[in-house]
Amino acid sequence: MTVIVGDEEFLVDRAVSDAVRGYGASGADVRDVACADVSVEEIAELTSPSLFGDTPVLVVRGVQDAGKDLAAALQEAAGIPEARVVVTHAGGAKGKAVLDGLKATGARVVEVPRIRSPRDREQFVADEIRAAGGTIARDAVGDLVAAVGGDLRELATACFQLVADAGPSVTADDVAAHHRGRAESTGYAVADRAVEGDVAAALETLRWAFATGVDPVLVSSSLAANLRTIAAVASAGRGSPDSLAAGLGMPAWKIRRAQGWARRWRPDTLRRAVLAVAEADAHIKGAADDAAFAAERAVVVVAECAVA
Amino acid sequence: MTVFDGLIGQDRVVDVLQAAAAAAASSVRGDSSAGMTHAWLFTGPPGSGRSVAARAFAAALQCPQGGCGECHECHTAMGGSHPDVTVVVPAGLHLLIAEAREIVASSARAPMLGRWQVTVIEDADRMEERTGNTLLKALEEPPPRGVFLLCAPSPEDLLPTIRSRCRLVTLRIPPYDAVADYLVREGVDRPTAEFAARAAQGHVGRARRLARDDEARRRRRDVLKLPTQVETVGGCFAAAAALVGAAREEATVLTGELDVAESTALRDALGDVGGRGKARPRGAAAAVADLERRQKSRATRTQRDALDRALIDLAAFYRDVLAAQVGAQVDLVNVDLDRTVRALAESSTPESTLRRIGAVLACREAIDTNVAPLLAVEAMALSLHAG
Repeated sequence: MTVIVGDEEFLVDRAVSDAVRGYGASGADVRDVACADVSVEEIAELTSPSLFGDTPVLVVRGVQDAGKDLAAALQEAAGIPEARVVVTHAGGAKGKAVLDGLKATGARVVEVPRIRSPRDREQFVADEIRAAGGTIARDAVGDLVAAVGGDLRELATACFQLVADAGPSVTADDVAAHHRGRAESTGYAVADRAVEGDVAAALETLRWAFATGVDPVLVSSSLAANLRTIAAVASAGRGSPDSLAAGLGMPAWKIRRAQGWARRWRPDTLRRAVLAVAEADAHIKGAADDAAFAAERAVVVVAECAVA
Repeated sequence: MTVFDGLIGQDRVVDVLQAAAAAAASSVRGDSSAGMTHAWLFTGPPGSGRSVAARAFAAALQCPQGGCGECHECHTAMGGSHPDVTVVVPAGLHLLIAEAREIVASSARAPMLGRWQVTVIEDADRMEERTGNTLLKALEEPPPRGVFLLCAPSPEDLLPTIRSRCRLVTLRIPPYDAVADYLVREGVDRPTAEFAARAAQGHVGRARRLARDDEARRRRRDVLKLPTQVETVGGCFAAAAALVGAAREEATVLTGELDVAESTALRDALGDVGGRGKARPRGAAAAVADLERRQKSRATRTQRDALDRALIDLAAFYRDVLAAQVGAQVDLVNVDLDRTVRALAESSTPESTLRRIGAVLACREAIDTNVAPLLAVEAMALSLHAG
């Protein structure tokens, strides 16, 4: 039996296929079920030695949700040397007893890493490129993650594709050539471009944001939040971000960034921008027909106020 | 003494309701029922006593003496424990359609004590169209002894179909003197009563709170500091944050205790004693989530109401400024802030005061259309700053 522990869906899938291949089975000989859809009898049937040796590989997913009976059946199956069973467990505290029980039987355990921070993602890209037989420049890794976004499946595909197309050593130029323009974009990103006064970049980011399903409500709330931060930082006066952090109740990096923005803003432009965003917020929330237009309009006004 | 004593400065309405109660009594005896109507709509500005009027009328219908205010029927009807008086108060943002169905069902029952099956719906304006239509059938073809008493700020807040099936009772803003007299009867000293009656602008409940509760007076003073805080743009943002923060705090105080009590009661009902490893009954998580959702809706509404009260105080402040500017011979609402009012009146023009009143009212409207409260108040503060 192989036990795969982790909750990164893509990596778990990959580990399952590796394990199945390790048992020498191909697609047709696999019975892949969620833990809720399999009965105790079925497990017994699929793991008993067969005269003809044609039992499929059994994959049981999400055993953290297994009930007592099922856990016992799996435990028993784990003790059968010739049983070809792969189970996945999400890790964490839920159903920990099931996992410990299976581990105790000496089953092979594969831990799937957690990918959370941007650093994890960059490490993942580097590993993927290496696995595909290539190398990648340091700056290119960051570009690729920024361009493709956080989805591991897409990142893995992109890595494979890049090595295949751009040769074994991938550079930042290769990434730019393959992934121009496409970027994962959020309401925050739009608002940041807008208060910097970059109309074109703000609008481009906004369109990407809409294309990736960002709600216009998040655009107006991010704009409001940025303007609020600028006002707070500007009226706090001069001082190093670290010394202001406690008084303003926000992290130093945020203050440092807002101090850069605040140079562009004057009280009257700030006022105009807030009024425009407040009106847009009402429009987005149903006072006007076209929420996307209202958001776009607010972004333009804010960006224009920043350079006024 | 009658049940209508709690209605301040609404003599005409009291006459109408007493006549109707007398007609209702004769109908119960089997005589003519002319003068009684099965559906009533109580409208009037907030604090004028819509729900008080509705409850008092409910008591008058149940009381054999037409609302003596002293018998068992009157006490239980006013206190909300009379078996034939159902008071519906939408606690969340809206009256739910399921609640409306419940109302229709219960209104069709025969009155337990043989007089009237009265349903009082406070805040009937918090019904959406579908909910209103659910109720419409019962209003159109009322059960023989069913009486509906709806309360709303104005008739326009209800569907035209509902409005046309109700007899309209319009309450006026009670005069300051009547409110002050009432507070004095309740045991408040005269100067405080006068101050509270004016500051509350005829809102009886608010006047009572201002007269009795130091905390409410402090909150009002904090709100009315805002006009002097918006002199710089930075100050605008700070004042807006303070105003919204205070509203949130007030709402938390009001709903927080209730939330805890409800959650505890629900957990007890579900048999969840909080021991580790104890299995909870099926569906427990869903019931808790549902309760939390309703509590959140109520918190949002309470916070909005608190903010709305603050905005009304602000609008009244600028109204006083305007009155001082044009030399109008009217009573000031904010007698205690006389100096601030005069200072602002001298340093600004009537035009800018009108624009400021407009900004405050626009903010109320914005919050009503779901604009983020902080953003709406910030926009208002910046408009006040610009003048």
